[in-house]
Amino acid sequence: MNQFPHGWGRPRDDVYGAYDSSYLNSTEPVSHTQRPIVTGTSVLGVKFNGGVIIAADNIASYGSLARYDNVERLLQVGTHTVVGAGGDISDMQYLHLLLDNLLIKEQYPADDHALLAPQVHTYISRVLYQRRNKFDPLWNSILTAGADPKTSEPFLSYVDLRGTTYTAPALATGYGAHLAVPILRRHVPDEEACASLSQEDAEKLVEECMKVLWYRDARSGVKYSWAVVTKDGVTTGNNKIENQSWKFAEMIKGYGAQNV
Amino acid sequence: MTSIGTGYDLSNSVFSPDGRNFQVEYAQKAVENGPTTIGLRCKDGVILACEKLITSKLLVPGSNKRISTVDRHIGIATSGLIPDGKHFINRARDEAISWRRNFKDSVPIASLADRMGSYAQAYTLYSSVRPFGVTAIVAGADNDGPGLYMIEPSGLYWGYFGAATGKGRQAAKSEIEKLNLSELTLLQGIKEAARIIYVAHDDNKDKEFEIEMTWVTKDAKTANAAVTGSRGMIWNGWVHEEVPKELLEEAAREAKKAVEEEDEEDDDAKGEEKMDEDL
Repeated sequence: MNQFPHGWGRPRDDVYGAYDSSYLNSTEPVSHTQRPIVTGTSVLGVKFNGGVIIAADNIASYGSLARYDNVERLLQVGTHTVVGAGGDISDMQYLHLLLDNLLIKEQYPADDHALLAPQVHTYISRVLYQRRNKFDPLWNSILTAGADPKTSEPFLSYVDLRGTTYTAPALATGYGAHLAVPILRRHVPDEEACASLSQEDAEKLVEECMKVLWYRDARSGVKYSWAVVTKDGVTTGNNKIENQSWKFAEMIKGYGAQNV
Repeated sequence: MTSIGTGYDLSNSVFSPDGRNFQVEYAQKAVENGPTTIGLRCKDGVILACEKLITSKLLVPGSNKRISTVDRHIGIATSGLIPDGKHFINRARDEAISWRRNFKDSVPIASLADRMGSYAQAYTLYSSVRPFGVTAIVAGADNDGPGLYMIEPSGLYWGYFGAATGKGRQAAKSEIEKLNLSELTLLQGIKEAARIIYVAHDDNKDKEFEIEMTWVTKDAKTANAAVTGSRGMIWNGWVHEEVPKELLEEAAREAKKAVEEEDEEDDDAKGEEKMDEDL
């Protein structure tokens, strides 16, 4: 009789030979998400007088392949918040599920309290930071945009897959951080500049930046979604880059189908 | 009850020789003294209403809710032991969230009622637990339209056009039977619901009460903006929320007037009879 409980109910070693457990031994350490798969590119956001505008295109890329061209990357969370995500699309969808459940739990008490942008931003940043501490990050960089329903104070904040957060009058994720932020900063270097920026000018500014990104970011798309949040709530829309000119392409030399 | 003292009522899950489970019956007794609670399945939504007796002047008006939101599109009203009701609601919320996680969809009302029915029934099977001292009325709407279910302590549940439980259930039921629920709209329904709560109220025993009323609606004009605002989320377009304050107050006012007039008529009739006798 085998006196060790470990052996009970198992094939007897003296009859069947020792159990071969070699296949259970993995030579690899546990691995989690190490790279994004289907990705979205930049998200832009600018504060203006009385609100904030946020925009993201509708492309989801599989590597350099523009795999999906109709993906909504802006999610409205409650009445006065919009969350835009770049990076891994499936991680973004998982985050949408978390935010959806958060909203439902927020409904339970049936009081007049509502989640606003600062709370949503903090929630997302805690989730992302916790996941990076598990070495299993949600591979996104995220902008949270919102406005206070009472004071119309605009809110705009960034968080990435490491849980790093920061805020600025104008923000962009991904390629936009390199290509759009310099343009945005020319117009809104500081909070005072935002206070004198009209919604109309902010919309034009974003349109301009999305155009630059469409020209220069090879993972971007021609169609994009935008959302404006003011104290009255969220208005959304879709836009397409118009009046394109690719004349300069003739001048580019050094690659492509050229014989010279 | 002649069966008391026979020993078959001491433990849950034990049948008496004539095939009854006394612990379940006692749980039902607990509900029979609970607050009158009704549900009406109307043409364009569902209404839940509850008579809430004011047990203390120190309570904030509208506090201690008896009707809870379980998911965006589902509400549950319980009558009976309050803590049992809270636990039941928590379980229903967990079921709704778990359905979302599994299926990326809002839980259908029939499925939630089925799961909660099974949950309640499991509490009749073991000696280590007691049945729920609540009857729950589940209101919601899904792709099949509005749905109304009532779950009893035994785990029994049926779908209903109109359901009533609690102290005034008999009076409420006979009033509900007079309604044409497949043609009734929500706006008509809240007036009927308020009237039924007033009719079922026992003036002699209980004095002060307030009406708690919620509905499940698809009307974007009245529906809570916090729910309808979000896009890109799992939601079937129906909202469970409190009936807007103005509408509820108007319904309550009319209900009170209607009941008082009826009482006066009764009194007049009695008075006339008396006069006839005198003559």
